[in-house]
Amino acid sequence: MATRQTASLARLMRAPAIILLLIWMIVPLGMTLYYSFLNYNLLNPAGTSWAGWFNYRYFYTDPAFFDAIRNTLVLVLGVLVITVVGGIAIALLIDKPIWGQGIVRILIISPFFVMPPVAALIWKNMIMHPSYGVFADLAQVLGMQPVDWFAQFPLTSIIVIVAWQWLPFATLILLTSLQSLDGEQMEAAEMDGASALSRFIHLTLPHMARAITVVILIQTIFLLGIYAEILVTTNGGPGNASTNLTYLIYRAARLNFDIGGAAAGGIIAVILANLVAIFLMRAVGKNLD
Amino acid sequence: MARAVSSRAKVGYTVAAWIVALLIFFPILYTIITSLKSEQEAIAGFDLIPSFTLESFRAVQTQNDYWKPFTNSVILSLGSTLLALIVAIPAAWAMAFSPTKRTKDILMWMLSTKMMPAVAVLVPIYLIFLRTGLMDTRIGLTVMLMLINLPIVVWMLYTYFREIPGEILEAARMDGATLRDEIVHVLTPMAVPGIASTLLLNVILAWNEAFWTIQLTTTNAAPLSAFIASFSSPQGLFWAKLSAASVLAIAPILILGWFSQKQLVRGLTFGAVK
Amino acid sequence: MGRITLENVTKRFGDVEVIPPLNLDINDGEFVVFVGPSGCGKSTLLRLIAGLEDTSGGRILIDGQDATSTPPAKRGLAMVFQSYALYPHMSVRKNIAFPMRMAGVPQDEQDRRIESAAKALNLTNYLDRKPGQLSGGQRQRVAIGRAIVREPSAFLFDEPLSNLDAALRVGMRLEISELHNRLETTMIYVTHDQVEAMTMADKIVVLQAGRIEQVGSPMELYRAPRNLFVAGFIGSPRMNLIDGPAAAEYDATTIGVRPEHIAVSGTEGKWKGRIGVSEHLGSDTFFYVEDTGLAETITVRAGGDIDLHHGDTVWLSPDIAQMHRFDANGDRIA
Repeated sequence: MATRQTASLARLMRAPAIILLLIWMIVPLGMTLYYSFLNYNLLNPAGTSWAGWFNYRYFYTDPAFFDAIRNTLVLVLGVLVITVVGGIAIALLIDKPIWGQGIVRILIISPFFVMPPVAALIWKNMIMHPSYGVFADLAQVLGMQPVDWFAQFPLTSIIVIVAWQWLPFATLILLTSLQSLDGEQMEAAEMDGASALSRFIHLTLPHMARAITVVILIQTIFLLGIYAEILVTTNGGPGNASTNLTYLIYRAARLNFDIGGAAAGGIIAVILANLVAIFLMRAVGKNLD
Repeated sequence: MARAVSSRAKVGYTVAAWIVALLIFFPILYTIITSLKSEQEAIAGFDLIPSFTLESFRAVQTQNDYWKPFTNSVILSLGSTLLALIVAIPAAWAMAFSPTKRTKDILMWMLSTKMMPAVAVLVPIYLIFLRTGLMDTRIGLTVMLMLINLPIVVWMLYTYFREIPGEILEAARMDGATLRDEIVHVLTPMAVPGIASTLLLNVILAWNEAFWTIQLTTTNAAPLSAFIASFSSPQGLFWAKLSAASVLAIAPILILGWFSQKQLVRGLTFGAVK
Repeated sequence: MGRITLENVTKRFGDVEVIPPLNLDINDGEFVVFVGPSGCGKSTLLRLIAGLEDTSGGRILIDGQDATSTPPAKRGLAMVFQSYALYPHMSVRKNIAFPMRMAGVPQDEQDRRIESAAKALNLTNYLDRKPGQLSGGQRQRVAIGRAIVREPSAFLFDEPLSNLDAALRVGMRLEISELHNRLETTMIYVTHDQVEAMTMADKIVVLQAGRIEQVGSPMELYRAPRNLFVAGFIGSPRMNLIDGPAAAEYDATTIGVRPEHIAVSGTEGKWKGRIGVSEHLGSDTFFYVEDTGLAETITVRAGGDIDLHHGDTVWLSPDIAQMHRFDANGDRIA
């Protein structure tokens, strides 16, 4: 349908969005790259000088860096496993004929709409607090010693909070996919004598593959940037026990005023995110077309 | 899959589903309950029945000037969404109805900007905001939130526009409609539901954004996400008051969210799952 | 008036030439059907006439005026789309009124035309419904109504019946033919269904790969297909095409005999074979005769009360006067 006039009009209409995003992508990233080669501290801006690879080498030799990478991976993988497995299970359950399905859906989706700082505060104070939290009350009832979650299991605690926030997302998407499953196909398989388990493995799971792929991809993008949950609960501690890469860079930039170092960390984060993206896209790309 | 299920099985599924749902919802529920308690009740141990006092809500409003961050949240989320729509509607329209060979690539590239970790550009954005006086201003943060959500907005609109059959626009053209008529009488009425869903989802995302709002504000422009994050320890703000503040911060979006479940799936999966 | 002339009209998508230079004359009031297999360029040709696609070369004349670069709205044509393309947010009345609203037709004139179109199309009771509440046949009628009220110089139909079920299709076919008889306006109709072409057209244009294979009245095409493609495409069931020694006997590379031009006998005839499938329709009987020593299964039409069945041995005799002969290029031998 593209006639000549509409084509040139279309170009004009696309331009603002493309130009804005192009600027948004190139300018700050270029600046980050530039700063990453500077000795630049906001506390001593006069002492700015060319640093070469120093910032990168500094990061590479800092044990906190490797802790942060490890924590980032554990956080992402932990949340992914919980949300995908839990999401499939819950989706299968609420896809069954039940009374009040609408309300059940609303209850389950709710945590996703809770902003990260509030989610973190709720878990920190209402649920996991060592003296006033529900877990502590529960432990008392059972005659056990209450656990100081954020001191003893900081990363696990954050995984629990983040998984709680993202479980609804995974459930909702997997449920949507499940509901588009062809009923006749299932009945045909039943006629062919397939058991419930083999129907799940051979029909349901392959049908959901695309949705699972999408859940993993999108959650990974967001999970690499987890920040507010850490800021509000553990501040990355104790030590570096719950510091992820995002938080480490934030600390360098905002608490240590080390612009050069934070910029180098930013570049490393970009490289990592791209590695993950390429790896994921390739591993699951065939499910996306 | 309409088929008869024995009512015993249905009871079983129902009970299981409700237990799971209530467990997942429990932290929110308990926060709502606590917000209706007095401070003494709130720390007096596990109790699901509050005294239904509103004193915490009153205290949050008077002592902590709750309305300022609330107003900021409304302005930022609506403002950034409207800005994004203004830029994205023409772009998505063009890509959906006048696609070129590169349209798919452009869309993928837009998606990839979303994969750029926010923290990677923290340093330059922070410095730009410091030096241009945008720090802690609503306008600066509005533009910021617009930029980070623009790819999602374009994608969502694109998938909605794509569902409007091209033949209808051609029919309008045959019927003598000018480009303006085509947009006013045919495209807009058909696109409004999609635009509304996009708006809804984007308001939710902007409302809940908690990286840039915390980095780029102090007091003036701080929306609820930044405001709440400043209470990382409950000193000064006690359990019931913290709960009341939390409830106030999430209630509007929770209600909006309940209405946008379907669109949420589409929007957040870039139309890959419908 | 609706005289449409195509002069060397060409269409390329990138480097692909979907329509090589093509010439065609459509007279005022004619019902012209473009027919051909999918991908033959018939829809593209229609869209070029409509102005929904730019031509890559050549001229389109409407009533003698060069309309090659006239925008679709200004060509005075109305189109009925395959998907009907109704505006889902408007009532039937608003849908039908839309082109008149765009043209600034006065309100009372609009109402008058809507009333008469609705009456003609049996839509009077549905005027306030939305398209989503209508059946396929009713939507089709609304689309036609929207076209009629414009009082165009020609109607363009793009496979309008392909989304309807078989029974409705026959009914709508009649309605469109009646409409043409009543309005006497030029109609250009695209279909892949040769039955629609045969039953409706004054003039059939058979297309293949963007090229016109033959233009003529339905009976001309039936009686004297210009080449093997047209021979195989027009007529149902398909013409039997036989080559090899059986064809050489008649000085042709290929001979074609329609099923209705073969006599079948249980006792004597030219080709001996065995009935594979037999279809008894009551009025007619179709036999698919195998093992004739000819290359393919021969389809034969016989009377409704013939008493032959699967497995019977039969003799077939072609009617030489009705036989079509083709040379090595597939062209008709006169």
